[in-house]
Amino acid sequence: MGEAIAFYIIAGFILIFAVLVVTAKEAVHSVVFLVIDFLFVAALYASLGAEFLAIIQILVYAGGIVVLYLFVVMLVNLKRPPEAYADPHRRTTLGFALSAAMLLEIGVIASYGYVKPAPALAAVAAPVTGNTEEVGWLLYTSYLIPFEIASMLLLVAMIGAIVLAKREL
Amino acid sequence: MVDTFVIPLLKIVIVLNATLVGVTYMVLLERKVIAWAQSRLGPMRVGPYGILQPVADAVKLMIKEDITPVRADKWLFTAAPIISMVPALIVYAVIPFGSEVSLFGRQVTLYITDINVGLLYVVSVASVGVYGIILAGYASNSKYPLLASLRASAQLISYEVAVTLTLVSVVVMAGSLSMVQIVNAQYNSHVWFVFAQPVAFVLVLIGGLAETNRAPFDLPEAEQELTGGFHTEYSGMRFALFFLAEYANMIVVSSVVTTLFLGGWLPPFPNVAAFGFLYYVPSWAWFLLKSFVFLYLFIWIRATLPRYRYDQLMNLGWKVLIPIAIANLVVTGIVRVLLL
Repeated sequence: MGEAIAFYIIAGFILIFAVLVVTAKEAVHSVVFLVIDFLFVAALYASLGAEFLAIIQILVYAGGIVVLYLFVVMLVNLKRPPEAYADPHRRTTLGFALSAAMLLEIGVIASYGYVKPAPALAAVAAPVTGNTEEVGWLLYTSYLIPFEIASMLLLVAMIGAIVLAKREL
Repeated sequence: MVDTFVIPLLKIVIVLNATLVGVTYMVLLERKVIAWAQSRLGPMRVGPYGILQPVADAVKLMIKEDITPVRADKWLFTAAPIISMVPALIVYAVIPFGSEVSLFGRQVTLYITDINVGLLYVVSVASVGVYGIILAGYASNSKYPLLASLRASAQLISYEVAVTLTLVSVVVMAGSLSMVQIVNAQYNSHVWFVFAQPVAFVLVLIGGLAETNRAPFDLPEAEQELTGGFHTEYSGMRFALFFLAEYANMIVVSSVVTTLFLGGWLPPFPNVAAFGFLYYVPSWAWFLLKSFVFLYLFIWIRATLPRYRYDQLMNLGWKVLIPIAIANLVVTGIVRVLLL
């Protein structure tokens, strides 16, 4: 009961701030609402007992990535003349199509999970206890190859960004 | 009821008040120590030897006129000091000030909570504190605060990488992210981590100075270039909040370094029977003593070292501290695997 109440309150705040992100007049305000939104997502993780994920959410998204968003928003001139903006209604059809596809996807995943519950993780029961330890154990045993591929991708992206930003090395 | 609500609430009230009083007296200590370093007397007028100076300062800041610039972004201008103050205070939730004491027949732990991601909590909350500085610079709508806040946030992000990487090697030693478990690990391994991880200790100390914007890394407040830093447009109580947040962060850094490297609440030689008499000193006293040493060190460094140039600061962070931190982590990992 208490968990459900917490979930609906937090989910409500997530939705409110997500709407504020796209409706805010000033770009910096959008970014601030995005940070608050991420903090509520972290609260959602914490209420589900995934405290490691919650802290990483704050550390990586709220504390890391969005700071860089703020940098970009503050340093780039966003005050373009009104005629530079495309007609806001031009992409309505595309927007509705994308939203429908997204909703369908979520619906399929949700109903699939409802029909066929996820296999209990007890099959690969980790020899360790605690949230952080179990995440680490699973990452380095069952999910080792996806983990390594993801780290390679991030490395490539990082080097690519440096090459793009620095024309002469 | 008493265990779930009353005791935690009492602890929170005590820790918050002790922190705020501690912070105001840190300001006095800083003025006094720097005055002695420059053969002056420091504040002497308010109370004997100036010990009531913090009270006078607090009253002055509270009754000062509070000005919001006309062209400022009102909401963010108001929110920015709050955003910097709150993370500086909620970090204290996981800092272990001592082990356990029995009060009125009840075992009371001398920390508000012990979550098993304690150290990550400290790092992530500190990373949210950056927003206070960036938004203050942006919301002021004035060029010097904006430049200062960009400097400050670039500095904080850079040194956060180095410090977090260094902390990983301590976590490898302790095998836990919980602050209490890290202290216990130092008891079990018979040595404070400052002796097992001297490189990490120095790195965290330098990074801590940079993350709290203290001299010699206080570029965001370089008066001769930026008139006053990111809080140039702030006055009265809002300025005081930035000021308090900086000192509260100093206390946080000292406490975290004490917990990670100097055995937290443990006395020296915790396992040697001949030094068992050191346990007669209460655990919180050891903790406060060790933290005080670091706070004094911070002030001492400010009185001694000149300020870095901005490119030197960035070079030190990215080209010196981060490579050393990675090397230290690799060596720690190899030694740890070979020895166990």
